[in-house]
Amino acid sequence: MAKIRKGGKKTPPPISTASLPDIVFMLLFFFMVSTVMRESTLMVKKPQLPQATEITKLEKKSLVSNIYVSPPVTEYEALFGTQPVIQLNDAIEDIAQVGVFIQKEREARNPNERDFMTVSLKADSETKMGIISDIKMELRKVNALKLNYAALDK
Amino acid sequence: MARRPLPEINSSSMADIAFMLLIFFLVATTMDTDKGLFRTLPPFVPAEEQEQIKVIEKNLFVVFLNKNDNLMIEKKLGRIEDLQTKCIDFLTNMNNDAADTKVPGYEVVDIPLLGGPQRVTKAIVSIQNDRGSSYDKYIEVQNEIVAAFNVVRDKYSRKFFYKKFDELQEDEQKAIKDLLPQRISEAEPKNIGGK
Repeated sequence: MAKIRKGGKKTPPPISTASLPDIVFMLLFFFMVSTVMRESTLMVKKPQLPQATEITKLEKKSLVSNIYVSPPVTEYEALFGTQPVIQLNDAIEDIAQVGVFIQKEREARNPNERDFMTVSLKADSETKMGIISDIKMELRKVNALKLNYAALDK
Repeated sequence: MARRPLPEINSSSMADIAFMLLIFFLVATTMDTDKGLFRTLPPFVPAEEQEQIKVIEKNLFVVFLNKNDNLMIEKKLGRIEDLQTKCIDFLTNMNNDAADTKVPGYEVVDIPLLGGPQRVTKAIVSIQNDRGSSYDKYIEVQNEIVAAFNVVRDKYSRKFFYKKFDELQEDEQKAIKDLLPQRISEAEPKNIGGK
Protein backbone atom coordinates (compact mmCIF):
# COMPACT_ATOMS: atom_id res chain seq x y z
CA MET A 1 0.00 0.00 0.00
CA ALA A 2 2.87 2.31 0.55
CA LYS A 3 4.04 1.93 -3.01
CA ILE A 4 1.06 3.68 -4.49
CA ARG A 5 1.79 7.28 -4.04
CA LYS A 6 0.76 10.25 -5.98
CA GLY A 7 3.65 12.60 -6.61
CA GLY A 8 2.92 16.26 -6.06
CA LYS A 9 -0.26 18.27 -6.19
CA LYS A 10 -2.65 17.14 -8.78
CA THR A 11 -4.25 19.74 -11.10
CA PRO A 12 -7.59 18.77 -12.66
CA PRO A 13 -6.92 17.13 -16.04
CA PRO A 14 -7.25 19.51 -19.01
CA ILE A 15 -10.35 19.00 -21.18
CA SER A 16 -9.38 16.94 -24.15
CA THR A 17 -9.81 18.80 -27.38
CA ALA A 18 -9.04 15.86 -29.55
CA SER A 19 -12.60 15.70 -30.85
CA LEU A 20 -12.86 19.36 -31.86
CA PRO A 21 -11.79 18.74 -35.47
CA ASP A 22 -14.38 15.99 -35.71
CA ILE A 23 -17.14 18.38 -34.76
CA VAL A 24 -15.91 20.89 -37.29
CA PHE A 25 -15.72 18.25 -39.98
CA MET A 26 -19.30 17.27 -39.33
CA LEU A 27 -20.41 20.87 -39.81
CA LEU A 28 -18.33 21.02 -42.95
CA PHE A 29 -19.91 17.92 -44.39
CA PHE A 30 -23.34 19.32 -43.66
CA PHE A 31 -22.55 22.44 -45.65
CA MET A 32 -20.95 20.48 -48.46
CA VAL A 33 -24.04 18.37 -48.84
CA SER A 34 -26.74 21.00 -48.51
CA THR A 35 -25.40 23.79 -50.68
CA VAL A 36 -24.68 24.51 -54.30
CA MET A 37 -21.65 26.25 -55.68
CA ARG A 38 -22.82 29.75 -56.47
CA GLU A 39 -22.58 30.34 -60.18
CA SER A 40 -22.52 34.08 -60.42
CA THR A 41 -22.08 37.00 -58.09
CA LEU A 42 -25.13 39.15 -57.98
CA MET A 43 -24.62 42.66 -59.25
CA VAL A 44 -28.25 43.39 -58.57
CA LYS A 45 -29.86 43.27 -55.16
CA LYS A 46 -31.01 39.77 -54.25
CA PRO A 47 -34.53 39.69 -55.65
CA GLN A 48 -37.38 39.22 -53.24
CA LEU A 49 -39.11 36.32 -54.95
CA PRO A 50 -42.90 36.20 -55.05
CA GLN A 51 -44.79 33.37 -53.38
CA ALA A 52 -46.78 30.66 -55.07
CA THR A 53 -48.29 27.31 -54.25
CA GLU A 54 -47.95 25.41 -57.53
CA ILE A 55 -44.21 25.10 -57.38
CA THR A 56 -42.08 22.54 -59.18
CA LYS A 57 -38.43 21.90 -58.51
CA LEU A 58 -35.93 22.51 -61.25
CA GLU A 59 -34.54 19.16 -62.21
CA LYS A 60 -31.14 19.46 -63.82
CA LYS A 61 -29.20 22.39 -62.47
CA SER A 62 -26.75 22.18 -65.34
CA LEU A 63 -29.45 22.88 -67.93
CA VAL A 64 -30.75 26.03 -66.27
CA SER A 65 -29.91 29.56 -67.38
CA ASN A 66 -30.56 32.28 -64.83
CA ILE A 67 -31.96 35.70 -65.50
CA TYR A 68 -32.09 38.08 -62.55
CA VAL A 69 -34.28 41.17 -62.61
CA SER A 70 -33.77 43.53 -59.71
CA PRO A 71 -32.50 47.04 -58.90
CA PRO A 72 -28.70 47.25 -58.98
CA VAL A 73 -26.56 46.94 -55.87
CA THR A 74 -25.61 50.30 -54.28
CA GLU A 75 -22.08 50.28 -55.75
CA TYR A 76 -23.53 50.09 -59.24
CA GLU A 77 -26.41 52.46 -58.68
CA ALA A 78 -24.50 55.40 -60.09
CA LEU A 79 -23.83 53.47 -63.26
CA PHE A 80 -27.17 51.80 -63.85
CA GLY A 81 -29.76 53.76 -61.95
CA THR A 82 -32.31 52.61 -59.42
CA GLN A 83 -34.84 50.93 -61.70
CA PRO A 84 -34.74 47.15 -62.03
CA VAL A 85 -32.22 45.89 -64.58
CA ILE A 86 -31.53 42.53 -66.13
CA GLN A 87 -28.54 40.46 -65.11
CA LEU A 88 -27.67 37.53 -67.34
CA ASN A 89 -25.45 35.11 -65.45
CA ASP A 90 -22.82 37.60 -64.33
CA ALA A 91 -23.21 40.88 -66.17
CA ILE A 92 -25.90 43.51 -66.32
CA GLU A 93 -27.18 43.68 -69.87
CA ASP A 94 -29.66 45.42 -72.07
CA ILE A 95 -32.89 43.70 -73.09
CA ALA A 96 -31.58 43.14 -76.62
CA GLN A 97 -28.80 40.92 -75.29
CA VAL A 98 -31.21 38.30 -73.96
CA GLY A 99 -31.44 36.55 -77.32
CA VAL A 100 -27.67 36.48 -77.71
CA PHE A 101 -27.28 35.18 -74.18
CA ILE A 102 -29.67 32.29 -74.86
CA GLN A 103 -27.80 31.36 -78.03
CA LYS A 104 -24.51 31.33 -76.14
CA GLU A 105 -25.98 29.13 -73.42
CA ARG A 106 -27.32 26.77 -76.07
CA GLU A 107 -23.97 26.43 -77.77
CA ALA A 108 -22.27 25.69 -74.49
CA ARG A 109 -24.41 22.64 -73.96
CA ASN A 110 -24.65 19.21 -75.53
CA PRO A 111 -26.85 19.08 -78.68
CA ASN A 112 -29.11 16.36 -77.30
CA GLU A 113 -29.64 18.26 -74.07
CA ARG A 114 -30.61 21.48 -75.77
CA ASP A 115 -34.32 20.70 -75.83
CA PHE A 116 -34.37 20.32 -72.08
CA MET A 117 -32.92 23.70 -71.30
CA THR A 118 -35.02 25.88 -69.03
CA VAL A 119 -34.72 29.53 -68.23
CA SER A 120 -35.16 30.48 -64.59
CA LEU A 121 -36.49 34.01 -64.20
CA LYS A 122 -35.64 35.38 -60.77
CA ALA A 123 -37.36 38.72 -60.57
CA ASP A 124 -38.05 40.92 -57.61
CA SER A 125 -41.71 40.85 -56.64
CA GLU A 126 -41.95 44.61 -57.04
CA THR A 127 -40.84 44.81 -60.67
CA LYS A 128 -43.35 46.12 -63.14
CA MET A 129 -44.64 43.82 -65.84
CA GLY A 130 -43.21 45.93 -68.64
CA ILE A 131 -39.67 44.61 -68.38
CA ILE A 132 -40.88 41.06 -67.72
CA SER A 133 -43.03 41.08 -70.87
CA ASP A 134 -40.05 42.29 -72.88
CA ILE A 135 -37.96 39.41 -71.58
CA LYS A 136 -40.75 36.93 -72.38
CA MET A 137 -41.01 38.31 -75.91
CA GLU A 138 -37.26 37.97 -76.47
CA LEU A 139 -37.33 34.40 -75.17
CA ARG A 140 -40.18 33.53 -77.50
CA LYS A 141 -38.24 34.97 -80.42
CA VAL A 142 -35.31 32.62 -79.80
CA ASN A 143 -37.63 29.71 -79.10
CA ALA A 144 -36.63 29.31 -75.47
CA LEU A 145 -40.10 28.32 -74.38
CA LYS A 146 -39.44 26.51 -71.14
CA LEU A 147 -39.72 29.19 -68.52
CA ASN A 148 -39.69 28.87 -64.78
CA TYR A 149 -40.74 31.84 -62.67
CA ALA A 150 -38.68 31.48 -59.50
CA ALA A 151 -40.91 31.70 -56.46
CA LEU A 152 -40.95 30.75 -52.81
CA ASP A 153 -43.29 28.15 -51.42
CA LYS A 154 -46.34 29.67 -49.85
CA MET B 1 18.04 3.16 -20.93
CA ALA B 2 14.36 2.59 -21.64
CA ARG B 3 13.34 4.15 -24.89
CA ARG B 4 11.37 7.27 -24.33
CA PRO B 5 8.00 7.04 -26.02
CA LEU B 6 8.07 9.21 -29.12
CA PRO B 7 6.38 12.56 -28.55
CA GLU B 8 2.98 12.69 -30.16
CA ILE B 9 2.51 14.93 -33.18
CA ASN B 10 0.72 18.03 -32.05
CA SER B 11 -2.76 17.85 -33.58
CA SER B 12 -4.07 21.14 -32.32
CA SER B 13 -3.92 22.67 -35.80
CA MET B 14 -6.36 20.10 -37.19
CA ALA B 15 -9.19 22.25 -35.99
CA ASP B 16 -7.73 25.28 -37.77
CA ILE B 17 -7.50 23.42 -41.05
CA ALA B 18 -11.08 22.31 -40.68
CA PHE B 19 -12.19 25.89 -39.97
CA MET B 20 -10.44 27.11 -43.10
CA LEU B 21 -12.28 24.60 -45.25
CA LEU B 22 -15.57 25.44 -43.58
CA ILE B 23 -15.16 29.16 -44.20
CA PHE B 24 -14.36 28.47 -47.82
CA PHE B 25 -17.57 26.53 -48.28
CA LEU B 26 -19.65 29.08 -46.40
CA VAL B 27 -18.45 31.83 -48.69
CA ALA B 28 -18.55 30.07 -52.02
CA THR B 29 -21.91 28.34 -51.92
CA THR B 30 -25.55 29.20 -51.57
CA MET B 31 -28.49 27.31 -50.14
CA ASP B 32 -30.75 28.46 -52.98
CA THR B 33 -33.07 25.68 -54.00
CA ASP B 34 -34.37 26.45 -57.41
CA LYS B 35 -38.08 26.17 -57.25
CA GLY B 36 -40.67 28.04 -59.18
CA LEU B 37 -43.79 28.19 -61.27
CA PHE B 38 -43.26 26.28 -64.47
CA ARG B 39 -44.86 27.77 -67.60
CA THR B 40 -44.32 26.99 -71.27
CA LEU B 41 -44.39 30.09 -73.43
CA PRO B 42 -46.29 30.09 -76.72
CA PRO B 43 -44.04 30.06 -79.80
CA PHE B 44 -43.36 33.36 -81.44
CA VAL B 45 -45.27 34.20 -84.56
CA PRO B 46 -44.15 37.33 -86.43
CA ALA B 47 -46.92 39.83 -86.98
CA GLU B 48 -47.28 39.14 -90.71
CA GLU B 49 -47.93 35.46 -90.26
CA GLN B 50 -50.36 35.84 -87.41
CA GLU B 51 -53.71 34.70 -88.68
CA GLN B 52 -56.75 35.79 -86.82
CA ILE B 53 -57.95 32.72 -85.05
CA LYS B 54 -61.65 32.96 -84.59
CA VAL B 55 -62.46 32.47 -80.98
CA ILE B 56 -66.01 32.30 -79.86
CA GLU B 57 -66.43 34.68 -76.99
CA LYS B 58 -68.23 32.28 -74.72
CA ASN B 59 -65.25 29.90 -74.76
CA LEU B 60 -62.97 32.60 -73.45
CA PHE B 61 -62.30 33.17 -69.76
CA VAL B 62 -60.83 36.65 -69.62
CA VAL B 63 -58.65 37.72 -66.71
CA PHE B 64 -57.42 41.29 -66.83
CA LEU B 65 -54.93 42.93 -64.50
CA ASN B 66 -54.56 46.70 -64.77
CA LYS B 67 -51.70 48.90 -63.69
CA ASN B 68 -53.19 49.41 -60.23
CA ASP B 69 -53.29 45.66 -59.75
CA ASN B 70 -57.08 45.54 -59.87
CA LEU B 71 -58.34 42.23 -61.11
CA MET B 72 -61.16 41.86 -63.61
CA ILE B 73 -62.61 38.39 -64.13
CA GLU B 74 -64.93 37.99 -67.10
CA LYS B 75 -65.48 41.73 -67.40
CA LYS B 76 -66.47 42.17 -63.77
CA LEU B 77 -64.29 43.34 -60.91
CA GLY B 78 -63.17 40.37 -58.93
CA ARG B 79 -60.93 39.27 -56.10
CA ILE B 80 -57.94 37.01 -56.38
CA GLU B 81 -59.44 34.58 -53.85
CA ASP B 82 -62.38 33.91 -56.15
CA LEU B 83 -60.23 33.41 -59.24
CA GLN B 84 -59.47 29.77 -58.64
CA THR B 85 -63.07 28.71 -57.98
CA LYS B 86 -64.40 30.70 -60.91
CA CYS B 87 -61.78 29.19 -63.19
CA ILE B 88 -62.55 25.66 -62.00
CA ASP B 89 -66.26 26.26 -62.67
CA PHE B 90 -65.44 27.50 -66.13
CA LEU B 91 -63.30 24.48 -66.93
CA THR B 92 -65.71 21.85 -65.66
CA ASN B 93 -69.02 23.16 -66.95
CA MET B 94 -69.65 22.81 -70.62
CA ASN B 95 -72.59 22.57 -72.92
CA ASN B 96 -73.19 23.03 -76.60
CA ASP B 97 -76.23 25.15 -76.15
CA ALA B 98 -75.87 28.01 -78.62
CA ALA B 99 -78.11 30.25 -76.57
CA ASP B 100 -76.01 29.92 -73.41
CA THR B 101 -73.38 32.64 -73.52
CA LYS B 102 -71.70 31.94 -70.21
CA VAL B 103 -70.69 28.32 -70.38
CA PRO B 104 -68.07 27.17 -72.91
CA GLY B 105 -68.76 24.57 -75.56
CA TYR B 106 -67.23 21.16 -75.85
CA GLU B 107 -66.20 18.70 -78.53
CA VAL B 108 -66.33 14.94 -78.34
CA VAL B 109 -62.91 13.32 -78.62
CA ASP B 110 -62.12 9.65 -78.52
CA ILE B 111 -59.60 8.91 -75.79
CA PRO B 112 -59.03 5.16 -75.66
CA LEU B 113 -57.41 5.05 -72.24
CA LEU B 114 -60.40 6.72 -70.64
CA GLY B 115 -62.85 4.32 -72.19
CA GLY B 116 -63.98 5.93 -75.42
CA PRO B 117 -65.44 9.27 -76.47
CA GLN B 118 -65.21 12.02 -73.88
CA ARG B 119 -66.32 15.61 -73.73
CA VAL B 120 -63.32 17.89 -74.07
CA THR B 121 -64.02 21.49 -73.18
CA LYS B 122 -63.17 24.23 -75.62
CA ALA B 123 -62.38 26.64 -72.80
CA ILE B 124 -59.47 29.03 -73.20
CA VAL B 125 -58.14 31.15 -70.35
CA SER B 126 -56.86 34.51 -71.49
CA ILE B 127 -54.65 36.56 -69.19
CA GLN B 128 -53.92 40.15 -70.02
CA ASN B 129 -51.87 42.54 -67.96
CA ASP B 130 -50.77 46.15 -68.26
CA ARG B 131 -47.08 47.07 -68.43
CA GLY B 132 -47.49 48.78 -65.09
CA SER B 133 -48.93 45.81 -63.21
CA SER B 134 -46.69 44.40 -60.52
CA TYR B 135 -44.91 41.09 -61.04
CA ASP B 136 -46.13 39.91 -57.65
CA LYS B 137 -49.81 40.10 -58.63
CA TYR B 138 -49.05 38.59 -62.03
CA ILE B 139 -47.47 35.56 -60.38
CA GLU B 140 -50.45 35.27 -58.05
CA VAL B 141 -52.81 35.22 -61.02
CA GLN B 142 -50.65 32.67 -62.85
CA ASN B 143 -50.51 30.59 -59.68
CA GLU B 144 -54.28 30.56 -59.26
CA ILE B 145 -54.88 29.60 -62.89
CA VAL B 146 -52.31 26.80 -62.79
CA ALA B 147 -53.80 25.68 -59.47
CA ALA B 148 -57.26 25.58 -61.06
CA PHE B 149 -55.99 23.38 -63.88
CA ASN B 150 -54.21 21.10 -61.42
CA VAL B 151 -57.32 20.75 -59.26
CA VAL B 152 -59.51 19.81 -62.25
CA ARG B 153 -56.82 17.41 -63.51
CA ASP B 154 -56.68 15.73 -60.12
CA LYS B 155 -60.45 15.47 -60.11
CA TYR B 156 -60.53 13.79 -63.52
CA SER B 157 -57.62 11.59 -62.58
CA ARG B 158 -59.43 10.37 -59.47
CA LYS B 159 -62.62 9.85 -61.43
CA PHE B 160 -61.02 7.68 -64.08
CA PHE B 161 -58.06 6.07 -62.40
CA TYR B 162 -58.75 6.42 -58.67
CA LYS B 163 -55.31 7.95 -58.18
CA LYS B 164 -53.93 11.46 -57.94
CA PHE B 165 -52.57 12.98 -61.15
CA ASP B 166 -48.95 12.80 -59.98
CA GLU B 167 -49.23 9.08 -59.32
CA LEU B 168 -50.31 8.20 -62.85
CA GLN B 169 -48.26 6.55 -65.55
CA GLU B 170 -46.88 8.56 -68.46
CA ASP B 171 -49.62 7.54 -70.93
CA GLU B 172 -52.41 7.93 -68.38
CA GLN B 173 -51.16 11.44 -67.67
CA LYS B 174 -51.24 12.16 -71.37
CA ALA B 175 -54.82 10.94 -71.57
CA ILE B 176 -55.88 13.30 -68.79
CA LYS B 177 -53.99 16.12 -70.50
CA ASP B 178 -55.96 15.37 -73.67
CA LEU B 179 -59.14 15.51 -71.64
CA LEU B 180 -58.23 18.92 -70.21
CA PRO B 181 -55.83 20.75 -72.53
CA GLN B 182 -53.94 23.57 -70.86
CA ARG B 183 -55.05 26.42 -73.08
CA ILE B 184 -53.75 29.56 -71.45
CA SER B 185 -53.26 32.51 -73.71
CA GLU B 186 -51.34 35.61 -72.70
CA ALA B 187 -51.94 38.71 -74.71
CA GLU B 188 -49.41 41.46 -75.30
CA PRO B 189 -49.62 43.92 -72.44
CA LYS B 190 -51.00 47.30 -73.28
CA ASN B 191 -49.56 50.48 -71.92
CA ILE B 192 -52.61 52.33 -70.72
CA GLY B 193 -51.75 55.31 -68.60
CA GLY B 194 -47.99 55.40 -69.04
CA LYS B 195 -45.40 53.90 -66.69
